[in-house]
Amino acid sequence: MAGAYATFTHMTDYMGFQGLLTDEERMVRETARDFVNGEVLPIIEKHAQDQTFPKHLISKMGELGFYGPSLPEEYGCAGLSSVAYGLLMYELERGDSGLRSFASVQGSLVMWPIYAYGSEAQKQYWLPKMAKGEKIGCFGLTEPDFGSNPGGMLTKAVREPGGKWRINGTKMWITNGSIADVAVVWAQTEDGIRGFLVEKGTPGFNAPEMKGKWSLRASTTSELVLEDVIVEEEKSLLPHVKGLKGPLGCLTQARFGIAWGALGAADACYQCALDYAQHRIQFDRPIASFQLQQEKFAWMVTELTKGQFLVLQLGRLKDAKKYTPAQVSMAKMNNVNAALEICRKARTILGANGILDEYPIMRHMANLESVYTYEGTHDMHMLVIGQEVTGIPAYR
Amino acid sequence: MKILVALKQVPDTETRIKVAADGKSIDPADVKWITSPYDEYALEEAIRLKESKAAEVTVVSLGSDSAKDVLRNALALGADNAVLLKSEASDPLAIASALAAWAKGKGFDLILAGNKGIGGDNASVGPMIAELLDIAQANVVVKLEIGDGTFRAEREIEGGTEVIEGKLPAVITAQKGLNEPRYASLKGIMGAKKKTIEEVDGAAPSGSTSVVGMVMPPARPEGRKLDGEPAQQAAALLSALKDEAKIF
Repeated sequence: MAGAYATFTHMTDYMGFQGLLTDEERMVRETARDFVNGEVLPIIEKHAQDQTFPKHLISKMGELGFYGPSLPEEYGCAGLSSVAYGLLMYELERGDSGLRSFASVQGSLVMWPIYAYGSEAQKQYWLPKMAKGEKIGCFGLTEPDFGSNPGGMLTKAVREPGGKWRINGTKMWITNGSIADVAVVWAQTEDGIRGFLVEKGTPGFNAPEMKGKWSLRASTTSELVLEDVIVEEEKSLLPHVKGLKGPLGCLTQARFGIAWGALGAADACYQCALDYAQHRIQFDRPIASFQLQQEKFAWMVTELTKGQFLVLQLGRLKDAKKYTPAQVSMAKMNNVNAALEICRKARTILGANGILDEYPIMRHMANLESVYTYEGTHDMHMLVIGQEVTGIPAYR
Repeated sequence: MKILVALKQVPDTETRIKVAADGKSIDPADVKWITSPYDEYALEEAIRLKESKAAEVTVVSLGSDSAKDVLRNALALGADNAVLLKSEASDPLAIASALAAWAKGKGFDLILAGNKGIGGDNASVGPMIAELLDIAQANVVVKLEIGDGTFRAEREIEGGTEVIEGKLPAVITAQKGLNEPRYASLKGIMGAKKKTIEEVDGAAPSGSTSVVGMVMPPARPEGRKLDGEPAQQAAALLSALKDEAKIF
């Protein structure tokens, strides 16, 4: 019977989803799946139990080009389609949300803003190193008192003489914070919100790790504390964006990947539960033969399939540059919600076995509890869609 | 140095094989196709030689259009050129003849292949190519060193290792343990998109054998549960092993 180490070769594909992919997209997914089967599944439960991030995978994923893969080749990236990037996130999160979160933050929340908002020198310096995983990044937007309402942030950057800035503030819930070489820190300035690259080791900058999580245990989560941190404008300030649209633009990129990734975790739980139910005998029959279990499987595979086509269409729109942040909100909201529910149903199918680390289900389910409220809570995305269709923002 | 790697497309080992209606082939419905794992070792060895000795790596697969998938994958992994030899040949001698006829005169110093294609398990195409081209061969190789026009190969034999030296050109067939195949990088995958797969109509040389039937193994008979006290169960098991299974 399959446990956490079960390396199912195929993704769940009920409706010919893979037939709509290009050769490159199929190959990207297969290479990511092989990587997860070979390098992640055998070690991930222990890392989750020990609350450690599998750091040895950072450079391996870099060699394979998993960071910022949709950015252009001139910066050491692969120039993939958005759908290929989404498939990569799907497979990484089938391994663990922590791993996908690492890649999301590195690629979408650090490399992407450097690419979109940075100077040419900043791009040339950071992007090739970050693509290889030689340098690690984190993204500091959320604060202890400002989550869904980032515009109210208290972190401040003030211009100093000699082309320098002084930054003060505290950021919280920062994935990769303690292991990062550079943080993208968003701060209030006299020109509105601006982004700064703050390097590890800068005097006054600390990133203590947050412990005690029951979710994303194989991921590093930190605070960022900035006390009179002095940075040079030329190296640090992202010159090409001002205002809240800067960080929100990054989040749209990352949420796109999350909408794909959550389905990967759901697929892992679905396949595990299906395999279990076909082999688990009660009343002299496999439990998969009982109608109550079949109802669960029918629901799970239906939601998984709907989610796949939602993100596929979103990816095609994104590549055609015709997508909107509100569409990304729908995909993130729907797919994470469905994925969490799929994991919960899968857990019930395994009964008590569902809580053991011999199977991946409880880990994925606990991870998705974070994903449900991070990068825009489920509720906020609901309100974004509400605003989109009614024209009235309910949260202002 | 020019290296040729012969790749075979085979059903994924996870596929539940069904016999087709003709009773002598595999039903292709629902089969996912992969590169034969032993061929992956052969390809990895070629790519390592490309990296260490600046070799040019050509991959060839004999089959239908679907075999382009394994060729594209090989290009993503680092092969320089890919050739699809279109042919319906299925008998090992016919396949080896077609491959040898195509490779002849093209100046390959080294021809690598898996020691067998999983599923068929004939383990004969590699050695036959060597014989047809009248060049050296070493099979089931777990370690390979290439010198100046020479090779040194270690192969697993019963209870030990046999070391073979020979002159290039040669055919080397790979065994598990030769290396650890890499994953295709995303840049490699995007690079493969820019390379083309050459298609050649392979002749259909006549084979020496033909498959007349294919049958699934009989279903395993249901197990038997022994009842009674442990001592009775042990006695029943012993007599069953002795009298029914006749293992002593």
